[in-house]
Amino acid sequence: MRRGQTFERLMQTVFFLCACVAVASVILICIFLFSGGAPALKEIGVLRFLTGRRWEPGRETFGVLTMIAGSFAVTLGAVLLGVPVGILTAVYLSFFCPPKLRRVLRPAVDLLAGIPSVVYGFFGLTVLVPAVRRLFGGSGYSVLAVSAVLAIMILPTVVSVSESSLSAVGDGYYEGARALGAGHERSVFRVMLPAARSGISAAVTLGLGRAIGESMAVVMVAGNQAIFPKSLLVGTRTLTSNIVLEMGYAADLHADALIATGVVLFVIVMLNNLIFALLRRRRMKK
Amino acid sequence: MSQFRIQNLNLYYGSFQALKGVNLDIPERRATAFIGPSGCGKSTLLKTLNRMTDLVEDCRVEGKVLFDGKNILSRLTDVNTLRRRVGMVFQKPNPFPMSIYENIAFGPRTHGVRKKEELDELVERSLTEAALWGEVKDRLRKSALGLSGGQQQRLCIARALAVQPEVLLMDEPTSALDPISTARIEELVLGLKREYTVVMVTHHMQQAKRVSDRTVFFLLGEVVEAGDTERLFSSPQDARTGDYINGRFG
Repeated sequence: MRRGQTFERLMQTVFFLCACVAVASVILICIFLFSGGAPALKEIGVLRFLTGRRWEPGRETFGVLTMIAGSFAVTLGAVLLGVPVGILTAVYLSFFCPPKLRRVLRPAVDLLAGIPSVVYGFFGLTVLVPAVRRLFGGSGYSVLAVSAVLAIMILPTVVSVSESSLSAVGDGYYEGARALGAGHERSVFRVMLPAARSGISAAVTLGLGRAIGESMAVVMVAGNQAIFPKSLLVGTRTLTSNIVLEMGYAADLHADALIATGVVLFVIVMLNNLIFALLRRRRMKK
Repeated sequence: MSQFRIQNLNLYYGSFQALKGVNLDIPERRATAFIGPSGCGKSTLLKTLNRMTDLVEDCRVEGKVLFDGKNILSRLTDVNTLRRRVGMVFQKPNPFPMSIYENIAFGPRTHGVRKKEELDELVERSLTEAALWGEVKDRLRKSALGLSGGQQQRLCIARALAVQPEVLLMDEPTSALDPISTARIEELVLGLKREYTVVMVTHHMQQAKRVSDRTVFFLLGEVVEAGDTERLFSSPQDARTGDYINGRFG
């Protein structure tokens, strides 16, 4: 009896410590990022850093506006291309797919999640970039190519989260709709899909987070010029790729400015999660 | 007049036979109760009347169900039209996770009603018929999931009425509800049976007695006895019926 209790208390401590690891990591990353980025932000000035259009380490000019725009452009592109495909794939898997085909498709989608991002980059480099070049001209290293690669990368997240939220919707809704004389399609798209919308918006948020945070695949197909993404066919540089490209040789203020770039990225991701949480809370209230 | 004539109906789930040679007439604008122990086939027969059995995999039906003189089991039957004419209310209240208004408007929209005035009128009329209008008229745009269980079930009845059916099938509509909500639904059914043909599956013999004009007793997939409710409960002709309604099994 006493031994059982001691053991239980011991295990409780172990679980508590495990939980602490995650929390402590988040706190440590915050401290590292903000303390590392603060000096550069102070020296350059937050406003100048955020709104500056020039990134010229040689002249000690650091502005990340073009990269913020680049990150937004490719993320938006990825969401516009990837989310509809992902949601419709989830709908197909849940409501239209014959069980036999499902047994092949489902693991295939999951497999997509396991492919390393450098492989996606390589795929983009050897397939998508030449395709864009042939179809639209230019070098092919472009916002469009990055968006397409990212769209494929977020697919498994969007599909699996959407699908599990669709299958969590009770059969009662479907039967209710069919009993009113609605066909299969109408029941699925007008009742089941709206019923799963909170899960689906979670899927979009997760996909968005993944797209905005990706670096390796982006570097390989983006062209990486620090210019405004004025069209889909010009190259671009994102916040993440800026860090990856220059961290290897940067020193002093340059290195600090790169960490500050990380701070900007971190804040954007936090805002994304916050907006999502607020949307969800508002919907719950309704 | 018979609303449904069921002729020699056999129904199989895979290799299990759930209904065996059922012959039964269901009268128009009366309430018919299906009673019997769990697994006796009463719900299955109910679902055959609007072809909801189509949704069950491996379900096979033989025989005829005549509705308006036409066999609804035929391949040529348009099930969506059939289900508009033969509405259904389920055991567990299943309002859609949308507003009260949208719940009611879903059915009419499905069948082509687009005009706002027409929809508004249908919403008000069906909610009134389901004795819910007074309670919800000020919150039509609020989520239907905020209603109590009994209100949700009356909303489901209103939703079924909104497509202007001729028949209302009810599959143990009060089994998930408290006694007060149950009484309200029963009262409602007593009014509805003047306008609609009501077929109700119930576990509750007192409910069948209170609400229905005719009662059908099922056992192991067969119809044992069918007749006027009063007669069936006072002088059952089959010994098994007597045993069941006197609580000797089930």
